[in-house]
Amino acid sequence: MTDATAPPPSAPGPFHVRGALKEAGLAAFVMLGLSLALIGARIDDVSGGLAVRWRPFDVLAAVVVAFLGRLGLAFLRAGRPAPVALASGLSCAALAPLLAVSATGGGAADWARTALPFSGFAVNVLVLVVVVVLALRAGLAWRFGARAGARARAGAPGAETMDRLASVARRAAVHAVPVLLLAAVLFPFLPFADRRILDIAILVVTYVMLGWGLNIVVGLAGLLDLGYVAFYAVGAYAYALLATEMGLGFWLCLPFAGVMAALAGVLLGFPVLRLRGDYLAIVTLGFGEMIRIVLLNWYEVTNGPDGISGIPKPTFFGLPFVRSPPEGTESFHTFFGLAYAPIDRIVFLYYVILAMALITNQFTLRIRKLPVGRAWEALREDETASRSLGINPRNTKLTAFGIGAMFAGFAGSFFATRQGFISPESFVFIESAVILAIVVLGGMGSQVGVVLAAVLLIGLPEIFRDLQEFRMLAFGATMVLIMTWRPRGLLAHREPTIRLSGKGAVRR
Amino acid sequence: MLEATGVETFYGNIQALRGVDVSIRRGEIVALIGANGAGKSTLLMTICGNPRAASGRIVFESRDIASLPTHEIARLGIAQVPEGRRIFPRMTVLENLQMGATVAEEACYEEDVERVFELFPVLRERQRQRGGTLSGGEQQMLAIARALMSRPRLLLLDEPSLGLAPRLVARIFETIGEINERQDVTIFLVEQNAHHALRLAHRAYVMANGAILLTGTGRELLDNDEVRAAYLEGGAGKTDVERGGDV
Ligand SMILES: Nc1ncnc2c1ncn2[C@@H]1O[C@H](COP(=O)(O)OP(=O)(O)O)[C@@H](O)[C@H]1O
Ligand SMILES: [Mg+2]
Repeated sequence: MTDATAPPPSAPGPFHVRGALKEAGLAAFVMLGLSLALIGARIDDVSGGLAVRWRPFDVLAAVVVAFLGRLGLAFLRAGRPAPVALASGLSCAALAPLLAVSATGGGAADWARTALPFSGFAVNVLVLVVVVVLALRAGLAWRFGARAGARARAGAPGAETMDRLASVARRAAVHAVPVLLLAAVLFPFLPFADRRILDIAILVVTYVMLGWGLNIVVGLAGLLDLGYVAFYAVGAYAYALLATEMGLGFWLCLPFAGVMAALAGVLLGFPVLRLRGDYLAIVTLGFGEMIRIVLLNWYEVTNGPDGISGIPKPTFFGLPFVRSPPEGTESFHTFFGLAYAPIDRIVFLYYVILAMALITNQFTLRIRKLPVGRAWEALREDETASRSLGINPRNTKLTAFGIGAMFAGFAGSFFATRQGFISPESFVFIESAVILAIVVLGGMGSQVGVVLAAVLLIGLPEIFRDLQEFRMLAFGATMVLIMTWRPRGLLAHREPTIRLSGKGAVRR
Repeated sequence: MLEATGVETFYGNIQALRGVDVSIRRGEIVALIGANGAGKSTLLMTICGNPRAASGRIVFESRDIASLPTHEIARLGIAQVPEGRRIFPRMTVLENLQMGATVAEEACYEEDVERVFELFPVLRERQRQRGGTLSGGEQQMLAIARALMSRPRLLLLDEPSLGLAPRLVARIFETIGEINERQDVTIFLVEQNAHHALRLAHRAYVMANGAILLTGTGRELLDNDEVRAAYLEGGAGKTDVERGGDV
């Protein structure tokens, strides 16, 4: 049964129960295959080796959920929302309290946990969300008939709603920026900001900075770069080597690492000047891998796959964050007469990356209004036209590659100093893909969009760590959802760089 | 002012220009007419260095520009309104104009914006609108205005009347005459609309199969039987199509 032949939902036509059952059976079978591998067998690290723990009930639950879900969709498509609405409504009513109870302590919680379909808390939440969405859709279709049903069948439910939401978000963003900024600055002092949350926040802000940096190359200049992580790596290794070999401090090395990364960016820029679109993407992808392979094999300098360890932490104007500073020196807490708290260092790291990210953002906002920034955008819009207007495409592209890479280099140094250890494994292709996803999903060229996408793609998966193997699935699902609802990105919108305010107020 | 001799241009193996000679004197309006695929656009693009001429000389103000890159040719005072307008769709009207001023003196900017707004008042009203949301006629005006922002001495126009309603076609040609007279801009105009072009132009060339077929004053070519048969009668039939064009 295809959408084209499906009868209008207002007039339920012949409904092929057999077909629907077959479809649902197929979905269940696929789920069986997937879940056997993904959740059926869990490999645990027990003392002295690995052990496989089987979780047959989770597999069974996954199969049943897939079967019922698919069946429900088939009913919906055939314009019979009533049974779906009832069934999913009842499941919600059953699942939600169970879930709530299981989150509390005590005997009731244990009982609730065994009654829930999955053993992982977050997985159950996911199931509940799916059921709620299904119930809402079915309920709407039931209540309002044809229109809601037709929209459900169109495969993009509520696309207009999303549009309206995005435009509201855009308008709100103007006023929300100061609020967000304040929230970001006060974040470490919020009551729930413990060590784990702060670590996640640092990670998210790092990706925000990387997203803003890549946005210069991809969003503004329109050069699809799939090897961005290479410059992140160059920055990280530049700092790590300078610090460990020559004993230089973080702040001294930071500009140097940026310059090194920018040089690498320009170096990549030269051979790809004439390439566009797919070809550009492939070559940059290759370049990213090349850098990683060099790092892996240039053993004498980079220490190969073993990586570099013992990278020094940054200091606060020369004051280290240690409990007991060496004789005759001061550390952060002794200088300020505070009690030693290990979290101070984390808070400090948070502010360092926040400041670096905000500088990246300010830089981008400013440069857009300068001739070189405008030339980037013109080149993105129409290279041929730009050239005949006198824009030098070579220099313009090279500056985009160079500046974008420089910010990745800064972020890389930060990564190295935060981790204290780096190896080529941290700079694999998937990192480039994630950063690019943040830029694209945020809405190419949108600065606030990058923040949103970074929170969605980096923050949420970290928070839902107990989703375990489902994290990547959730990551993929988020991408697919955003791409169907907002194919041009969450906040796809370009702010003009100049405005005329009154007569004669033309500014360049 | 511009002297092209024996210009040959290739797209891969396909030869699009077969030894073209064209000469344009300062202050003139020179028209280039010819059938579809004759190589008119290619000649205009070759003057701008994109694609480069494979052989021949292109001398602009006693300097051979045939081997210069496009952006440097633009700096010498040649501006182009390319086929299909090619404005920047996501940029506002004002930003498009700003891009046009890339090679101009910064100090002249405000004056130049004022000047093109006087020439095309509708652009002043639309200055904050994105280029891609303008109507066809407005986009054409924007493309011409953008080219003028660089204060060119030679303006190359590729089919400015394409797809415009007849009323607007007359308007555009009138404006081109105005630009030529008042702002002292020499104009090289490619047109399918031979009738209008020949009446406006001081001199004209007829192109076919990548070579110049005929040349003369606009008047002479209007009266030429060959031209009448090949381009004007056919051109008269074309106005029906143009009536369907957008505004
Ligand atoms: N980018 C291109 N690649 C290959 N061939 C082209 C290209 N542009 C134009 N041509 C060919 O060159 C010839 C001249 O085209 P053009 O200069 O656009 O003609 P006109 O502007 O007179 O209609 C045509 O045969 C056309 O097919
Ligand atoms: Mg043409």
